[in-house]
Amino acid sequence: MAKNKSGFDWITILIYLLLVGFGWANIYSASLGANSPDGFLNMDTPYGRQALFITLSIFLIIVILSIEAKFYQRFSSVMYAISLISLAGLFIFGSTIAGQTAWYVIGPVSLQPAEFAKAATALAIAKYVSGIQVNLKEFKHQIRIFIIICLPVLLVMLQPDAGSALIYFGFIFPLYREGLHFAYLLLGFFAAFLFVATLAFGIPWVIAGIILIGISIFLKNRKKRPTILKYIFLMAVAVGFSLSVNYVFENVFKQHHRDRFNIVLGKEVDSRGIGYNTNQSEIAIGSGGLLGKGWTEGTQTKGHFVPEQHTDYIFSTVGEEWGFLGSAVLITLFILLFLRLLFLAERQRSQFNRVYGYSLIGILFMHFLVNIGMVIGIFPTVGIPLPFLSYGGSGLWAFTALLFIFIKLDSERMSFF
Amino acid sequence: MRRLLLYIVILSTGIIFLARLFYLQVINTSMFLRSQDNAIEIEYNYPQRGYIYDRNNDLMVSNQPSYDVMVIPRNLKAFDTLEFSKILDITPDELVNKIDKAKIYSPLLPSVVVPQLTKTEYAYLQEKMRKYEGFYIQKRSLRDYQVDHSANILGFIAQVNQKTINENQYYISGDLIGRRGVEAVYEEQLRGKKGVNYIQKDRFNREIGPYKDGIYDTLPEKGKDITISIDSKLQGYGEKLMQNKRGGIIALEPSSGEILSMITAPSYDPSDLVGRKRSPNFSKMWRDTIARPLYDRSILAEYPPGSPFKTLNALIGLQENVVDIDDTFSCNNGFHYGRGRRMGCHPHRSPLAMVSGIAKSCNAYFANVYLRILDKYSTPQEGIDTWKNHVQSFGIGDYLGSDLSTGRPGKVPDSEYYNSIYEYPKYRWGSAATISNAIGQGEVLMTPIQLANMTATIANRGHYYTPHLLTHVDGKPITNEKFTEKKNTTIDPKHFEPVVEGMHQVYTDGTARTLQIPGIEIAGKTGTAENFTRIDGERVQLTDHSIFVAFAPVDDPKIAIAVFVENGYWGSRYAGKIASLMIEKYLKDEITRTDLEDWILSHSLEEEYAKPLSEEPFRINQ
Repeated sequence: MAKNKSGFDWITILIYLLLVGFGWANIYSASLGANSPDGFLNMDTPYGRQALFITLSIFLIIVILSIEAKFYQRFSSVMYAISLISLAGLFIFGSTIAGQTAWYVIGPVSLQPAEFAKAATALAIAKYVSGIQVNLKEFKHQIRIFIIICLPVLLVMLQPDAGSALIYFGFIFPLYREGLHFAYLLLGFFAAFLFVATLAFGIPWVIAGIILIGISIFLKNRKKRPTILKYIFLMAVAVGFSLSVNYVFENVFKQHHRDRFNIVLGKEVDSRGIGYNTNQSEIAIGSGGLLGKGWTEGTQTKGHFVPEQHTDYIFSTVGEEWGFLGSAVLITLFILLFLRLLFLAERQRSQFNRVYGYSLIGILFMHFLVNIGMVIGIFPTVGIPLPFLSYGGSGLWAFTALLFIFIKLDSERMSFF
Repeated sequence: MRRLLLYIVILSTGIIFLARLFYLQVINTSMFLRSQDNAIEIEYNYPQRGYIYDRNNDLMVSNQPSYDVMVIPRNLKAFDTLEFSKILDITPDELVNKIDKAKIYSPLLPSVVVPQLTKTEYAYLQEKMRKYEGFYIQKRSLRDYQVDHSANILGFIAQVNQKTINENQYYISGDLIGRRGVEAVYEEQLRGKKGVNYIQKDRFNREIGPYKDGIYDTLPEKGKDITISIDSKLQGYGEKLMQNKRGGIIALEPSSGEILSMITAPSYDPSDLVGRKRSPNFSKMWRDTIARPLYDRSILAEYPPGSPFKTLNALIGLQENVVDIDDTFSCNNGFHYGRGRRMGCHPHRSPLAMVSGIAKSCNAYFANVYLRILDKYSTPQEGIDTWKNHVQSFGIGDYLGSDLSTGRPGKVPDSEYYNSIYEYPKYRWGSAATISNAIGQGEVLMTPIQLANMTATIANRGHYYTPHLLTHVDGKPITNEKFTEKKNTTIDPKHFEPVVEGMHQVYTDGTARTLQIPGIEIAGKTGTAENFTRIDGERVQLTDHSIFVAFAPVDDPKIAIAVFVENGYWGSRYAGKIASLMIEKYLKDEITRTDLEDWILSHSLEEEYAKPLSEEPFRINQ
């Protein structure tokens, strides 16, 4: 079948444009100050620079869509290698800003390779999983994929940028889709649950809960004559995990990590110190009410009460100035984007395309989950941007590339190569 | 199944986020209030309170600047408590206490630390304030009284209390509000409207400009000046006459219902309740439960009206057509009724017809008229209810509806009342059982203002206007139908002339003939009311109240007055003299009867008031 050049998915592109445009409007409002120079395009202001970044993204999109789809599959390993080298190179050539060695600064331009590494890793995993002999049920392949993911994670953690590392959990979605055992998911879920429960309720209660649940399941299944030892072993493992979580929390975590968790768990109220960001962000969002205060009319936004509001906390501006209505529309837009991409991923004929599509969704979804979760106070403070909306060139370009590579792949899904 | 997982995760995340946002933005509105608090600071500009003028445009109340030291707890920085409390002239404990209280009220709204500094204190403080962040000086205006009387009329202003703050959005802590009197009733006109500036603050609490370019900001509006019907000179004179006495005086202009004077004794100088000395002075007067200087007897004290009430019974008798003006009744040192019961009377010629009955204040005459009124009807119940309706049409037995901050209804008994006290129908009662009403002595109670209003009604020959104080706002006359509507009594105007003539003869030939004023034709009526108190649970009679009502001139009444002097003995002894002097003062603006004036000024009743408190046996009516 012939290539269909006009086969770009316009729904996705439309949502992308809406998100980027809305993002710029909110960056404008959030970074507007009493002494702001005139003009939307002044390069001394974040909104002026973001306008430039958006313009450059258009060129990036044109370039990405002009390259043949085959290219991305063939050169995925090379791009993965380049991104690893650029991450490693940071420790020699990179600049340290706010404690993180995450930037290449070349003249007026500064780039954040961690943002691009996500896209490269997505390509590498798609390439590996779609290999003919690869079966995710085999331990050998599981280990190799684990290594592919862990290499960039390690390099990012060393910067240190735990937030970006967290995003790589998103790869669980394509892997599960391609056949990874359900047990891995379950294990992950239980580990996370025990983790939170231990911190929230303390060791004694968690152990009591484990024993109670263990005994009740045992009693329920007693007609099947279960082996007592198996239950005791599983309970012991759970208790052991809980104890180790406590140990790690108390001895390995730094105080500011502990604080972040405690605030989300409601165990500590400190709206002046570490809780300041979350508290201010909640005040800003809450003050928006049902309909919001109107664009550039947010009093919290104007007073710059929320730190980092034009970057990681951009959603608090949305909440304050556009109210519940605007926030709900934005959340719905993201959900629609994810569902559309899921639909697109599922209609791919090639496994490479599908795995890449799922990886894309995984990455975007993790950003969405962690960022908005943090801003509305149900997730610990983790500094990662909200895709397409947050201020920042590297982020915007990386997300744009990530998305439009998939749009390009989708547009040529009918061709064989 | 494997395809479903991500769908479920994405959709449930969306739902959780929306639910959380709904909670934050729609349900939990306290976030909104906190945002208003920390991003927007509200700055108030207080306007000048309106002036108060008397009916002759003499200024009674103006303003003087005053300065409050305020604190906004959120803006506080660490400071030397000891040093600052020394500057403020309070103890360090007091200062800490005030700041703690302010924090409880609101960390973001201003609270008063030290109220009402004088100009000199302010000048000294102003230089030092800069060192103490979070404190500032709020300029307000306090009252500056041009008169040393009228305290009960004017009322006072005080810091608004928490209850009012909760009830009324306009007020915040530290605001001044009118309490009592004209200040309270016309608070909204007098206070004006404070101006508001909304200031956008940033997270370092720096001002970064007006909120929304100031579209919500307002300029302060100056309070409106008001004119009240009081004649300042007459009021001052009346208060002077009432020194060392207790009681109340009301003088009205019959043709309009305007209150010319409203005197209570003892009273105080309104300046005593201004500034920092307000609080101790107020407590002192509040605690004086014997003389009760804060109790406005002119509108609150309910006294038995005594003989002036007889004029009303004469009118009702004429209206009910049970007595003719020429009908005479004999008086045998009183009125005998029932089995050997007697209502006493003083010696005078007998028998008497209506005009001289009033002039001589004959008890027997009015007992006969009263009984005829009640006995006209088949049952005493019906009779007394008819009588009560007539009495009530004079504004007695209910609130007058004036523009005073307080008042009392007085009392007019009806059939229900007597049925209840005589346990009807178990026992029956006859009209004679209510005979004291004939002479205004029994169950009837009236406040001085009701008595004055009754007098004005007689002066008007059958109608009255609701007594009131306000006449002009910002120089423009008020139009309040409540005060301009003519209220007619149930008595035909033609019946008033004989009663007026009787009252005129009180002066020419009757109980007040020693009180005549040359050149003024006065109609009046003396009253002497028995009264009782309880000492150690026992009912003890005290010296009679001295009561007098009058209006003048008889043919074109300009003033109607009612005077109550507690324990002043007979009517013309104290009340009559005071009424005559005040009438002369108002109509002639000079006193020719200096003998009366000297007598009143030199006589005190303090000895009389001390008797029941002395814990010793005492004699009355000496």
